[in-house]
Amino acid sequence: MSEVTPNMYRYDEFDARFVAERTAQFKTQVERRLKGELTEDQFKPLRLMNGLYLQLHAYMLRVAVPYGTISSRQMRMLAHIARKYDKGYGHFTTRQNIQYNWPKLVDVPDILSDLASVEMHAIQTSGNCIRNVTADHFAGAAADEIEDPRPLAEIVRQWSSLHPEFVFLPRKFKIAVSGAPQDRAALAYHDMAVEIVRNAEGRTGYKVLVGGGMGRTPYIAQVLGDFVEKQDILAFMEAAMRVYNEQGRRDNIYKARIKILTNALGIKEMRRQVEIEFAEIKKTGGLQVPQEELDRITAYFAPPAFETGLSDEIPEAGKDFANWVKTNVHAHRQPGYAIATITLKTPGQVPGDATADQMDVIAELMDTFSVGEVRVSHEQNLVLPHVRKKDLPAIYARLKELDFACANAGLITDIIACPGLDYCDLANARSIPIAQSIALKFEDLARQHEIGELKIKISGCINACGHHHAGHIGILGVDKKGVEFYQLQLGGSGAEDASIGEVMGPGFTEHEIADAVERVVNLYLKTRQPGERFLDTYRRVGMAPFKDAAYEKEAA
Amino acid sequence: MTKLIKSGAYAQDNFVPVADDAALPDGAVLVSLARFQKDRDALLARNTPIGVKLASDQNPQVLADDLSRLSLVALEFPKFRDGRAFSWARILRTRLGFTGEIRAVGDFLFDQVNYQHRVGFDAWEVSDHFTVEMFHKALNEMTDVYQPSADGKKTIRELRAAK
Amino acid sequence: MVFPAPMAQQNHGPQMLTANRLRDGDVLYRKGSTWVLALADGEVYPDQASADAALAAAQAETVRNEFVAPYLFEVRDVNGVITPAKEREIIRAAGPTVRADLGKQAGMVNV
Repeated sequence: MSEVTPNMYRYDEFDARFVAERTAQFKTQVERRLKGELTEDQFKPLRLMNGLYLQLHAYMLRVAVPYGTISSRQMRMLAHIARKYDKGYGHFTTRQNIQYNWPKLVDVPDILSDLASVEMHAIQTSGNCIRNVTADHFAGAAADEIEDPRPLAEIVRQWSSLHPEFVFLPRKFKIAVSGAPQDRAALAYHDMAVEIVRNAEGRTGYKVLVGGGMGRTPYIAQVLGDFVEKQDILAFMEAAMRVYNEQGRRDNIYKARIKILTNALGIKEMRRQVEIEFAEIKKTGGLQVPQEELDRITAYFAPPAFETGLSDEIPEAGKDFANWVKTNVHAHRQPGYAIATITLKTPGQVPGDATADQMDVIAELMDTFSVGEVRVSHEQNLVLPHVRKKDLPAIYARLKELDFACANAGLITDIIACPGLDYCDLANARSIPIAQSIALKFEDLARQHEIGELKIKISGCINACGHHHAGHIGILGVDKKGVEFYQLQLGGSGAEDASIGEVMGPGFTEHEIADAVERVVNLYLKTRQPGERFLDTYRRVGMAPFKDAAYEKEAA
Repeated sequence: MTKLIKSGAYAQDNFVPVADDAALPDGAVLVSLARFQKDRDALLARNTPIGVKLASDQNPQVLADDLSRLSLVALEFPKFRDGRAFSWARILRTRLGFTGEIRAVGDFLFDQVNYQHRVGFDAWEVSDHFTVEMFHKALNEMTDVYQPSADGKKTIRELRAAK
Repeated sequence: MVFPAPMAQQNHGPQMLTANRLRDGDVLYRKGSTWVLALADGEVYPDQASADAALAAAQAETVRNEFVAPYLFEVRDVNGVITPAKEREIIRAAGPTVRADLGKQAGMVNV
C-alpha cells in the first residue's frame, strides 16, 4: 500500500522556513553551549523551548504533535528517529506529543532537521510559554461533533509560535480545543480551552474557558467568554495572555499558573480585565481572523473522500473481535465508517510506549485503513479516525500481531501513567510498575468488561503529568521517608462533567496498592445500581464506604 | 561595565542614573518611578531630557499622562525569566503611543533580543562581551513572524495574502 | 527556573557526587578529579567536609562545559556494596526498573 497523504495542515514555504531557521538557531545555541559561550543556566530556557529536558538517565526530547494529528509519513520518521538516535522506542504523552528518552544533545540538531523534513518540530513543548495545542482525538470524525476544532487549533498554533510577548510567561500555558458536547479533550483542566458552540441563531462560535489545571492545586476552568466570535478569537486570547503575563505570580513556581491568578482575582474580575484588554486590542484590528483565513485553514482539514454506499454493519469476526468493537470502536459521522482506538495498554506493557517497529506497522495500517492518518490521545493511546466498518476485522487482526489489540479502551486496564521515577527527574515515586501491576491484576477481559468504564490515572509526583486529579481512581505516588507510597483519590473526571478526585487517606505501599484498588472496585461491583459506572456509584454513595473497603486488611 | 546599543550600533548613553535620594545633576537624568512621581513638577520644569526606569512589576500605564514629556523609559529585567517587560514595552509603544527610547536593562539573553525588538524596545544596555555583530545576528535569525507586534513587521499571513 | 535543583545537602554519612555529561546526558560519578560511568567505580566521600570540597571543585569545573548539574547524594554500605540511600539514585545508577534491557544495568554507556 503506498503512502497516503491525509487531509491536514501542510507547511507552505513560510512554515518550512520558520522551522528550518528555528532548527538552525538551536544548532547555534547548542554549539555555543558546548563551547561555553552559554552557561547551563542561560542555555536551559533555550533548550526547554525546543523541547529538550535533562532527565534522570539522559536528555529527553518532546516532539510536538499539533492537535495530536500524525500522517503516515511522519509516523515513519518518528520510527526512524527512535531507531537512529534513541533506543528503538518512543512514548506517547498525556498532551498528545511523543517523547524520546535517550537523545544526545549533540544529535538534537540533526533530529530536529529530520523532523523538519516531515513538517514536525519540538518548538515550545516545554518552557514558560504556550505549549502544544491539544484537541479532541476524535476531531473531524466523531458522530457528535458540531465542528472540527483543529482549524482553530492550527490558527492558535501559528499565532502562539515564538510570540514575542509570551515566551517568558510566569509558567507554562496549556490550551485545548474541542468541537463536541462530549469533552474528550479534558478542557476543564487546561489553562485556557475553547469549546465550539452554537448560539441561538445557529451560528458557531467559541466558548472560552480559563484557569483549569492539575498539579499541586487542581482547579476546574471557568468561563471567560461565553461566545467569542471566530474572527475575534486571537484578540481575545491575546488579551487573556497579556493579563496573565502582567499579573501572574513570579515569586513562587507553585503559584504561577493562570489558575492561581483566576482564583485570586475571581472570575468576574478576570473577565472584566480581559474584556478591557480585548477591547483595546480590537481597536487596532491587527489580530482579527478574516473569514477567508478561517476558510483557508479549514480547507486543509476537509474530510477525506469517503466511500459511499458502504454497509453500516460491522462484520462478525468472533468473540474477541466483538469485545474489541465494544470498547475500542466509536461512532463516526459518516455512514459505513468508524473510529478505531489502538490502546497502547496491553497489560504488562509500559503505557503509551511503542517500538520503532510497531510504529512502522502502524504507519502501514494508517495507509491501508485510515487514509494515512492517526491521532494521539491524551490517554496515551492512538486513534485511527476514519476506517471503513468492513475493514475492522482486518485491522483487529493486524493489531493482534502488534500486541496492541487489547479490548480495553476506557476500561480499568486502560491506565494513564506518567513516566515517573523510572525516567523523570522530578518524580518522587515510580508509576509505570504500579500501572503494570494493576493491569495484570485485572487482566481477565470478562472481568474488565463487567467492571465497565473506569479511568485510572497515575502520577509519580505532585506535578500530575499522569492527570491523577481527573481519574475516576487517581493514584499519586509520594516519597515517605524514602519509601514509595501511593495515595488514592476517587471521583475525578476530565470530561464535561469535570470534577477533582477526593483524596482518600494515607497511602499504600507498592505491594498493597493493587489490592487496595481491587477492594475499591469490588465494593463498586457490590454497590452499583443498574447502568452506573464506577464514577456514578462513587458520586452517589461518597467516599466513606470506599475508604472502609480500601483500608480493610482482610481479603474482601 | 555596560554599553548601550541603539539603532544597531554602540551609542553614547546621555542619561545619568540618579538614586532616589541623590540630588539631580544638570542634563538628562534617569530616575525611578518613585522619584519621578515624587519630584514630577521639578523634573518637568527643567526642560532637559527625562528618563524613567520601571521595575518589572510596574505597569507603564502610570506614566500615560506624562509620556509626551519623557525621552526614555527603561524597563528592567531583574531576571531573564521575568517576561513582564515584554508586555510593558508592547503597550508602551503601541497603545500608549510612546515615541521615545524604550531601553532594555538588566538580565536578559542574546536570544531574547529579537523578541524585545519586536515588542518595541529600541535600545539595549548590554555587557561588554555583547557585540554589535551579535545584536544584528539576533535580529536576523528568524526571517518571518506569525503574529503582529509593535515592530509593525508584516506577518506570514499578510505575506501569504500578498502572493 | 522551573524547579529548584538539588543543592549541597546537609547529608549525614558517606556521599558520592554525580552529574550528567553535557554532550550526551549520560550519568557520571566523580572519582578523584575525573568522572566514571559506573557508580561502583565512583569515589565515596566519608564526611561532609570532603563531600563539600568535591562538590565545590566540580562546580568550579562546570566552565569546562563537559558536565552539568553536579550534586551530592547519600550512600550506604549494604552487605559490602556501596548503595545509594535514595531510590531515585539507585534507579539513576542502573536504568529504568521497567526496562532491564536499557541503561547502565544493561551495560549501555554513552547513553
